Amino acid sequence: MRGFAPILIVTALLATVPLITSSNVVLNFLVVALLIALVGQGWNLLGGYGGQYSFGHAAFFGTGAYATAILQVQYGINAWLGLLIGIAAGALVGAVIGALSFRSGLKGSYFALVTLAFAEVLRIIASVAPITGAGVGTLIKLDLRPEAFQFQSRAPFYWIILALVGLSLVLIRMIEDSRFGAYLVALRENEDAAQALGVNTTMVKLLAMTISAAITAAGGCFYAQYFLFIDAGIAYGPWISVEALLAPIIGGIGTVFGPLLGALVVKTLGELTKLMTGDAPGLDLVIYGSVLILVIAFAPRGISGILLDLQRRLRSLRRAAPASLGGGHG
Amino acid sequence: MVEPLLRVEQVSKRFGGLLALDRASFLAQAGCITALIGPNGAGKTTLFSIIAGFAPPSAGRVIYDGVDITGEPPHRLARRGIARTFQIVQPFTTLNVRENIAVGSHLSRPARADALAAAGDVARAVGLGELLDRPAATLTVAGRKRLELARALAIEPRLLLLDEVLAGLNPSEIRDMVPMIRAIRDRGITIVMIEHVMQAVMSLAEHVLVLSEGRIIAEGPPQAIAGDPRVVEAYLGHGAAGRMLAAGTADA
Amino acid sequence: MLSSVILVPAVLNGLMTGAVYALIALGLTLIYGVLHIINFAHGALLTAAMFAAFFAHTLLGLDPYVAALGLTPLFFLLGYGLQRFVIGPAAHGEDRNILLVTLGLAVVIENALLYAFRADTRTINLPYAFDVVEVGTAFLAVPRVIAFIVVVAVALALWLIMRWTDTGKAIRAVAKEKRGAELVGIDVAHIYAVTFGLGTACLAIAACLLIPTYYVNPQAGNAFVLIAFTIVVLGGMGSVTGALIGGLFVGVVESLSSLYLGESLGQIGIFAMFILVLLFRPSGLFGERA
Repeated sequence: MRGFAPILIVTALLATVPLITSSNVVLNFLVVALLIALVGQGWNLLGGYGGQYSFGHAAFFGTGAYATAILQVQYGINAWLGLLIGIAAGALVGAVIGALSFRSGLKGSYFALVTLAFAEVLRIIASVAPITGAGVGTLIKLDLRPEAFQFQSRAPFYWIILALVGLSLVLIRMIEDSRFGAYLVALRENEDAAQALGVNTTMVKLLAMTISAAITAAGGCFYAQYFLFIDAGIAYGPWISVEALLAPIIGGIGTVFGPLLGALVVKTLGELTKLMTGDAPGLDLVIYGSVLILVIAFAPRGISGILLDLQRRLRSLRRAAPASLGGGHG
Repeated sequence: MVEPLLRVEQVSKRFGGLLALDRASFLAQAGCITALIGPNGAGKTTLFSIIAGFAPPSAGRVIYDGVDITGEPPHRLARRGIARTFQIVQPFTTLNVRENIAVGSHLSRPARADALAAAGDVARAVGLGELLDRPAATLTVAGRKRLELARALAIEPRLLLLDEVLAGLNPSEIRDMVPMIRAIRDRGITIVMIEHVMQAVMSLAEHVLVLSEGRIIAEGPPQAIAGDPRVVEAYLGHGAAGRMLAAGTADA
Repeated sequence: MLSSVILVPAVLNGLMTGAVYALIALGLTLIYGVLHIINFAHGALLTAAMFAAFFAHTLLGLDPYVAALGLTPLFFLLGYGLQRFVIGPAAHGEDRNILLVTLGLAVVIENALLYAFRADTRTINLPYAFDVVEVGTAFLAVPRVIAFIVVVAVALALWLIMRWTDTGKAIRAVAKEKRGAELVGIDVAHIYAVTFGLGTACLAIAACLLIPTYYVNPQAGNAFVLIAFTIVVLGGMGSVTGALIGGLFVGVVESLSSLYLGESLGQIGIFAMFILVLLFRPSGLFGERA
């Protein structure tokens, strides 16, 4: 989809939801879905557009979450400032991991492995370090004032996460239409050929990873403000690394709206699972893992890919139709 | 004497125990077409990889435009004006022809619109004007070869390294490509080409180098090379030149 | 602190633990060496095998070493089926997709176990679990000694299979040159599946060797597999020798360092070593250049 119009339309439409319903169930569902969409959009930049699959995006999510939580709880820093610092912290972690990995020329499975390892290291450190509350976790004190990034009702949270998602959509769209984006996609397709055309692939990957980490970290910061409690398993756990990649893959890897579509599907699946079988731990991830395999097997370009195929098929049907209306044509 | 655009000095390359290149040296004069020929496995593509920055030599230097560029990475060499095509074509498969070429055009054009427009011009110059919006994956072999060429031209190189750009083409496709290569040279671009298609080598090259088992065994104008017995032997085996002479066949 | 009375048993214990690590690493490196994929589902499959061994004991009253006789072929078939009917077809041959499919499998298996059996940690009690064998000045736990012997036997068996059977030769052919193997008529999809099956069979044996002395919960496999991954990158992806020597080496290092450093630094240390090896020498000490 070209241009920014679709992004503006979708965002505007979504913005009206709290005006139509005040159901906490609906709003909560959408807030979480939008959160996953944001986190997934981060992954999508590096993985979808850049072709570098990270299995440890939790590293950035958790850093954003812990940064903002610790700054508020231990140092009394304002939550909004905490959001900015959390994003910067996430970006920094992304840059470090990226620099180490890409300088060493890690790609493919090795890159996935090393990102997994980094996320796990952070999780273990967070589960024992005193500053994160170790096993007990970190609790942000209830302080229902807008200045403290906490609100009485869900609607303001909804609009904020929607704004963040909207910004990420705009950012990705801008990148799509830029030299950086062209270079990123080129190196995904063929790194040697890209280098031969003047692309400094290491730097491009590094930049993509840093931006990707920043976007995902923003999601982490928001999570902390919305749920007011995090621990090592929530912040740096595999669940978020999996959802971060699942949403874009289901929705359409390497597309602007892929993560949003995918997040809605993932969360809907999660809710359906809960409805049918109760809150047993693990079942939702079983479904997610199965869906991942099924999507890769049968629809690797995700929902966006299916829609594009339908569009193409409709177009060729329309072209074929006049011939069948004429007489005597084959 | 004019400083040659490219000077390869005593380049050797070792892979473990195998000496793939043994003190290879040659010059490529600006504005000329130099052909690099030799039997398979002689080390031609290895030499290209070294010149284009994809692998460092074990010994020796590469001097481009008077500057020692040995060991510089490919993207930096591209910015200096060295372009290469790959023996096995490497299109960006999910992109269309225009977007493929635009990646090259972007080198000197940060703006997307400029790069896409320039890509269109390059495409038309190599006869891909009709296929600009086609996905690269749908091109024929000949189309992909042209795309490979177009991408390399898009970075506006001064030195173009063509690695078997005619391989896999049928005679009429070769007949179309040869004047295109000549036209590129006429625009002032220096060309070094690895080629097996001898008719093209004969008609295009001003200077021919023969590489065999990592060593340059002969160089000179195409006619001289064609009759050189060492070259015949390199391709056909020890004693072949003598046998051919004895059998009354004098062509190479 | 360096007296041989303390050191020797520590080293011997390290060798025995290391043997089991080596077995797990062996499965991983075999799969990589032949299919050229990193099996992200290895940990989950080990956990599944451990649960299987656990239930074989608690529900069927089978001694783990006896259960191994049944579980090994069972897990071979499971691995065969997974590669032949899930991973192979789903990935359409693309590396990026294989990554995701094995990750998906890992998530499914691990969480299915979590859903079915909750997160509780379980152990089994065997009458001879704490018996010891005296070797010089060291008292070595019987299950550990058995484990060492079994691993050596398995390594030998695998070596014989690779050397003397047609399937083994086919596996080596496919590992070396897949196209060539196809051209001479080898059914590559079948060989891939057999190799994967051998890898999971190793896990089944390892699980039965571990269950007498270790706990099992849905996360258990991951802890061991992390060590296995470290061994494999250290010893070289695809190198069987590397996996065996690396396993013993890591086992001894772990044993000695827990003597002096305690367990908490252990996990982070292993991850750190893993990351460092990946960053600086991903082809390992014995492996091919990545």
